[in-house]
Amino acid sequence: MPPAKYKVTYIEDSGKAHTVEVAEGWSLMEGAVKHLIPGIDADCGGACACATCQVYVAPEWQAKLPPKSDMEETMLDFAPDVKPASRLSCQLRMGAELDGIVLHLPKTQHA
Amino acid sequence: MAESIVIIGAGQAGIQAVESLRKEGFTGAITMVGDEAYPPYQRPPLSKAYLLGSFERPRLFLKADAYYAEAGCELILNTSAKAIHRAERGVELSNGRTLAYDKLLLTTGARVRKLKCPGAELAGVHYLKTIADVDGLQAVFQSGKRIAIVGGGYIGLEVAAVGAKRGLDVTVFEAMDRLMARAVSPALSDFYAREHQKAGVKLKLNTGVEAFEGNGKVERVIAGGQAYEADIVLVGIGVIPCQELAEAAGLICTDGIMVDQNARTGDPHIWSAGDCTRHTGREGHEIRLECVQNAIDQAKHAALSMMDKHKTYSEVPWFWSDQYDLKLQIAGLARPSDRLVLRGDPAARKFAAFHLRDGAVAAVEAVNAAPEYMIGKKLVADGKKIAAETLADLSIPMKQMA
Repeated sequence: MPPAKYKVTYIEDSGKAHTVEVAEGWSLMEGAVKHLIPGIDADCGGACACATCQVYVAPEWQAKLPPKSDMEETMLDFAPDVKPASRLSCQLRMGAELDGIVLHLPKTQHA
Repeated sequence: MAESIVIIGAGQAGIQAVESLRKEGFTGAITMVGDEAYPPYQRPPLSKAYLLGSFERPRLFLKADAYYAEAGCELILNTSAKAIHRAERGVELSNGRTLAYDKLLLTTGARVRKLKCPGAELAGVHYLKTIADVDGLQAVFQSGKRIAIVGGGYIGLEVAAVGAKRGLDVTVFEAMDRLMARAVSPALSDFYAREHQKAGVKLKLNTGVEAFEGNGKVERVIAGGQAYEADIVLVGIGVIPCQELAEAAGLICTDGIMVDQNARTGDPHIWSAGDCTRHTGREGHEIRLECVQNAIDQAKHAALSMMDKHKTYSEVPWFWSDQYDLKLQIAGLARPSDRLVLRGDPAARKFAAFHLRDGAVAAVEAVNAAPEYMIGKKLVADGKKIAAETLADLSIPMKQMA
């Protein structure tokens, strides 16, 4: 049985929005790459080793996310334009509870 | 007329070049040629989550299929390059086609080093480099099977960890006196040896493999004068750069295609990036790096250089390895003469080893220690002097050292 898919809206820095479906279990970084969303570089391919997949999570969705790991927290210290809403999208897994999540993308992933 | 760029090798470096060229505004034609059946994919998960079965194949691909049309990149798969005709600026392919280029990028990568010993050609002797390799291994990688792993490097140990987790009977043969001798310091080697033994992996150090024996397929490994029964053999003894194409075209190759700090070869129309290259690193020595970081960063520099926007390649190399629940992250290149400073206790399975050279951090090896790795990498890049006592003091947060 193919995995369930849920909606994610990625909004580029320019304001251009892309609403796509991402399979359960995939990371929100992979969802962006799969759908050619510009603005997520993901150099390391999801190993939480590069901090180039930063997203800003819309306030109403933040509480639904798991807390940041030590690794993610530190990686984020090195990403450009970090805000309280910042997360690394490679660390966020798609699931029913995130159906409809809205993510804003930074201007650049490289400081 | 717009220029055309041909890329030979459809791996991490090749796809990064496509992405960077378009990002930098290149509008000409791009053609990428790969000899595997698949578009560019991530190799690191192959020996980790993909082998374990917790990461499905579609997730390996670095780009969605639709990317290539959108990026204006013609992707030619299952095809290798036969010859470069430098005077005519053309690449002859195995399918009979010749591609004309204005600029050529070689991202041919590396291939596994094969073991040359009696029985090396027996069925059941596996290598791990491609999706096809793992699919072949996967078919026999079952609980209860005895796997003999030749080589205690990253690949061998990652497979050992997955094997132990999947219930295989795992033995690792390493010719050197410690694990990952080429990649990590002795303190880390010892730590990882203990972790593997705890997981039930049998380690045979100082034990070179002499032969494989079996009737039609491998049944035992002869090592250190003893025979070990085995159902499967996995050889992970390093890679060699794919430089034959460049070499035959008269480009300088010395264990790697020689490039400068802009990824240029000696031919003004030819660049090269990734595992296949050798370049003068940021410390002034010629190095050949086999890692995702080099593939990405050198390909970015190649793309910039191809567009006449030269920028010196001086990024700090970084590497990672996942074994069990341990994330090993390394930045910089350590030397045996470095002063080693330990931060944290290996027994806590969360620690880092800093390598001090002339009072500055030259490299860091971190196990389950992201702050140490990230700040350590910055310290390597900055070359800032720092006291050993400061680094070792757990009461001082890493953040304060950046």
